[in-house]
Amino acid sequence: MSARDWQGLSISAVLLALAACLPLLGDDYYLTIGVTIAMYTVLATSWALFSGPTHYISLATAAFFGLGTYCTALGIENGLSYWMTLPIAAVLGALVAGLVGIATLRLSGVYFVIFTLGLSELVRQIVTWAQNVSGQKGLYVLTEITEAHIYWQLLGLGALVYLAGWAIGRSRLGFALRIIGDDEEVARHSGINTARAKVLLFMVSGATASVVGGMLAPRYIYIEPSTAFTPMLSFLVVIMALLGGVGRLWGPIVGVIPFTLLWEAISASFPNQTTLLLGFSFLVIVYLLPRGFVGLLEGLRRRVLQREAYA
Amino acid sequence: MDILITGLLLGGTYALIAMGLNLQYGIARIMNLANGEFLVAGGFAAFWFYTAGQVSPLLTIFIVAPLAFALNWLIYVVMLRPLVRRAKSRGQLEVDAILTTFGLSFLSVGVMLALFGGDYFSYSYLARPVQILGDTFALNRLTAAVAAVLICGGLWLWLNRSRAGMSIRAIAVAPDSARLVGIDVPRLSALAFALGGAVTAVGGSLISTFLTLDASTGVLFTLKALVIVIMGGVGDVRGTIVAALMLGLLETFVATVIDPGLTLAAAYLMFVLILLFRPQGLFGRKTA
Repeated sequence: MSARDWQGLSISAVLLALAACLPLLGDDYYLTIGVTIAMYTVLATSWALFSGPTHYISLATAAFFGLGTYCTALGIENGLSYWMTLPIAAVLGALVAGLVGIATLRLSGVYFVIFTLGLSELVRQIVTWAQNVSGQKGLYVLTEITEAHIYWQLLGLGALVYLAGWAIGRSRLGFALRIIGDDEEVARHSGINTARAKVLLFMVSGATASVVGGMLAPRYIYIEPSTAFTPMLSFLVVIMALLGGVGRLWGPIVGVIPFTLLWEAISASFPNQTTLLLGFSFLVIVYLLPRGFVGLLEGLRRRVLQREAYA
Repeated sequence: MDILITGLLLGGTYALIAMGLNLQYGIARIMNLANGEFLVAGGFAAFWFYTAGQVSPLLTIFIVAPLAFALNWLIYVVMLRPLVRRAKSRGQLEVDAILTTFGLSFLSVGVMLALFGGDYFSYSYLARPVQILGDTFALNRLTAAVAAVLICGGLWLWLNRSRAGMSIRAIAVAPDSARLVGIDVPRLSALAFALGGAVTAVGGSLISTFLTLDASTGVLFTLKALVIVIMGGVGDVRGTIVAALMLGLLETFVATVIDPGLTLAAAYLMFVLILLFRPQGLFGRKTA
């Protein structure tokens, strides 16, 4: 590890420690916002781990999230402890991601987008149907876990995701993925098993989303298919990650914080205009910020450096 | 028998919607995820004209088609052409087009919610029973399917018999080579995109005669159309029609025999099987 790595690591550790102090303020409103931001940060960062280098747009976040939520809820109802349900959610998420990946990731990106677009709706239909057959309506998740606990858990998971992202970025797998993103043909010719690399990383991202869903299950208290599998979640994650910029590991969080605040403000005062906001955000990303805030910042920095060089 | 005919009637209408998407994706190379919203808009128009002025939906389509054509042409020229120019590779264009059309889709849902509210809308047009081979069917479903078959047939003739149609098919097969033989690819791409939008909107007007729609159902139709297009093969009219009929049959079968809530699951099952065994489409040839 170089000095630069240590520097980055220590800055991240300090920031994480600062973030962990938020519940100590004792303000419920800030804590709620904090949980939401932490949740989207984990989801968007793990999304970007897969989609950043490969340019495959996954809209399956909601499906994995809901899967995890149901996993925890069902586990607790059947007498498992909460801590047991999280690893189960992770394994299940990875498994489903693996199956979806094997079916679609061998082909071009469009098939993948289409498949993931409908995946949460598909899982929702199946869960609803299973509930109709078994005659059960919703599920209660009653635990001792408070908002602050959820927040700390999410921070821990976030730290794990960052570490994993950093490790993958330095590994052969990360290198392979960057080549795939630049030119898949070249990657295949230089002996990279492109399908395997993509499926593996998609599994990491799916497992993370599933665990996040499991962690947030106690927050909802009552769970039914329409709340657990909201397709909106997938779109929000995509927008936040792209808005921040997926070229850097720390990119998504730059998009998550302002967008979450904006989203909360808009849904509080104009609840009917949220779809319009979503639409505008997509267009802004494509036409004005194709590389996200990160790209904007780096462009500015380069310009400043250039001016200094001339002066 | 009942399932067979209902399925075929439903599939006929699906064919029309999927045909619109196939024109947009197969020729203009834009995966238009706002396709379903145009369908709902077409349905809204039919609903509005029928309830306000008792105009038959079969006449409304003659207003809807040119309007949708103009609007889609504008969208292509103003929003999508810059993306086509800027894209360095097919993959990048795909990502940009997907994000843009998602944006458009959400915008149009937002606009429709603001204009019409979030209620379901439906009206009763030709809701009379007819007898076919001893079973009873609704006349509006039959009319919609017949109209869809006529329009599909017209499109097929145009694509296969006219000069413009031949140029369009050439673009679908090889966009780069088409330019070399003097085909105006940018103009025809815009034309195909606009035509696709018009066809989909007409499909929406027809569907609204027998299905209940609301502002946010568009995405479901987009999904079905996508599944059909991929199953039938990109740019392949015959494949699209066969795939649409298959999907119509399968959905009707699942809805009557198992559970009406599982129609999308059925469509997906079909999609996965296609992806696993024939990713090039039903009639497509393998490319390298």
